[in-house]
Amino acid sequence: MKKNIFSMQLDVDSFLPATDKEKEYMVQMRPASTFFKDGVKRLLKNKVATVSFFIIVFIVLASIFLPMVWPYGYDQQLGNSLYGVDASFNNLAPFEYGETEQALRDEGEFVFPHLFGTDSHGRDYFIRIVYGTRISLIVGFFASIIVLAIGMLVGAVAGYCGGKVDLVIMRIVDIIYSLPDMLMVILLAAVMKQILGPIISGTILADLGSNMISLFIVFALLYWVSMSRLIRGQILSLREQEYVLSAQASGAKSTWIIRKHLIPNCISVIIISTALQIPSAIFTESYLSFLGLGVNAPMPSLGSLASDALNGISTYPHRLFIPALVISLIVLSLNLFGDGLRDAFDPKLNN
Amino acid sequence: MSSKTLLYIGKRLILCMLTIWVVITVTFFVMHAVPGDPFTSEKALPEAAKARLEEKFGLDRPLHEQYLNYLKDVTTKFDFGPSLKKDGMMVQDIILNGLKTSAKLGVIAAAIAVVVGVVLGSVAALRRNKFIDRAIMVITTAFVSIPSFIMGTLLLYIFAVSFNLVPANGASAQGLILPVITLSLSPMAHITRLTRSSMLDVLGQDYIRTAKAKGVSGVKIIFGHALKNSLIPVITYLGPMLAYIVTGSLVIEQIFAVPGIGRSFVSSITNRDYTLIMGTTIVLATFIVVMNLIGDIMYKVVDPRINLE
Repeated sequence: MKKNIFSMQLDVDSFLPATDKEKEYMVQMRPASTFFKDGVKRLLKNKVATVSFFIIVFIVLASIFLPMVWPYGYDQQLGNSLYGVDASFNNLAPFEYGETEQALRDEGEFVFPHLFGTDSHGRDYFIRIVYGTRISLIVGFFASIIVLAIGMLVGAVAGYCGGKVDLVIMRIVDIIYSLPDMLMVILLAAVMKQILGPIISGTILADLGSNMISLFIVFALLYWVSMSRLIRGQILSLREQEYVLSAQASGAKSTWIIRKHLIPNCISVIIISTALQIPSAIFTESYLSFLGLGVNAPMPSLGSLASDALNGISTYPHRLFIPALVISLIVLSLNLFGDGLRDAFDPKLNN
Repeated sequence: MSSKTLLYIGKRLILCMLTIWVVITVTFFVMHAVPGDPFTSEKALPEAAKARLEEKFGLDRPLHEQYLNYLKDVTTKFDFGPSLKKDGMMVQDIILNGLKTSAKLGVIAAAIAVVVGVVLGSVAALRRNKFIDRAIMVITTAFVSIPSFIMGTLLLYIFAVSFNLVPANGASAQGLILPVITLSLSPMAHITRLTRSSMLDVLGQDYIRTAKAKGVSGVKIIFGHALKNSLIPVITYLGPMLAYIVTGSLVIEQIFAVPGIGRSFVSSITNRDYTLIMGTTIVLATFIVVMNLIGDIMYKVVDPRINLE
């Protein structure tokens, strides 16, 4: 039957039950991919990022588990015994042994080798490197968490409230942002060390050391600003997006919009910038340790190990090279992994 | 310059002055929050001598009065008071003395970083995905990730200790070679990457294709058309670069024993020479803030398309 194109008359054929062949079109050939799965897939394709990820995992696992099985402690001066100090343990080259150890070896017993030798106090250098790595990673990780928490809170408040609150917060952020961060960090770290020392002595915090705590305080005071700027910008721009408008128009509640639109779109940016914050925190910590403002002795950190090694650079160059190499490796692979994360989870930013 | 540009510059100037004021205030109060007075670390002084010292340095007056005096002296007379540990020396003289060496170091390092960075970046962009591009990118990635103090110590070991090519002590002119190279490597790597990506961006533009279609030679396209526009992102990096060079020079001068402002800063921290710490922080911070301001303004002036927000 020929039908006028403007006719409102319904076509009966459209309402017939679907045939099996037509139904096949609706069958899912493979399960739907989520945003996260897509991202992981893209990340795995990026060889540099994948290799960096495994290097990071390896270093993290090594810094957690090696001290449990290693026969020497990081502050154990091997030459010190009940009978006094045996100086033959000091400044050993890699795979050399102290006198008593050598005697044991001559008798055919197994003595665990000092892979990187010992330092001037007769401490096994390998385990000090492992502990230093652990400290650097802990500082990097927790500093990033602190920065994330404060930055997210302030940024979200500024973005949601808008108006005067936003204006005041952003002016404060502007000022802190334009402060020369490294100089302020050095200044605060130098002073905090003096102020905190007597306050925390005798408490649990004293175990951490005043320098480490002042490091965290410094991070909490100064480094949240770029994170809060980022999150405020995200929230402001996301609120104005068409898909949010469309969701509102089709009657979505604001909890739905926050859960389904704002958070998923924010979270990748947050994770990426946190991941990129870790190497910069490690960098800052090693810089401060190098200036003598880092963690308290005898606790080693990669920066302080490098700094200590500088005095004996002509005689024991390996003591400088190893921590230098480890810092560079950690910072480099975290940076490359962070870049890979950004490319994989935030394709819009990719340029 | 439009009124909008002037308004922007005015806003930035106010923010800049506010920042410097915050730096001075924070530095002052943070330093005065340190428990005990600057003389406690030395052997016990008789009460009279201590009172005499406090009077000399103005420490007996109430804190807010000290603060206002300090603010006035610093901003109007460039007077940071006497050094607490170096007898009879004024802080500003120590700073100005060190600044001579440090400025030489910083300016040469910055110049090398910009020139070499722009050249390498352009070469990498022109030979995109060829071997030389890959090589440049790998090397610059490494340079960006290696902290400057590690780079410094490695260079010191290789060139000064092992091969003895240059003196390890940075007091002489030859001794400045290594610190300059160390300081310039990381900014150079940054500039190379910036130039490469912006050059690639510019080379894809229509006006370059037009120039090519008109038969303009390759060299002329690069120097006449592409380079100028691809330098705009580099300008934005100039401020952060100088900040990096200033903070980097603190440890570099320590490593190479360069008698500059950085070394006096580091030693003032270990000596607890509070007036010197305050003075150096304020001078360096002001320098960085002003350089950032100049960099931002230049960026807006050079490229009028940029939205002034």
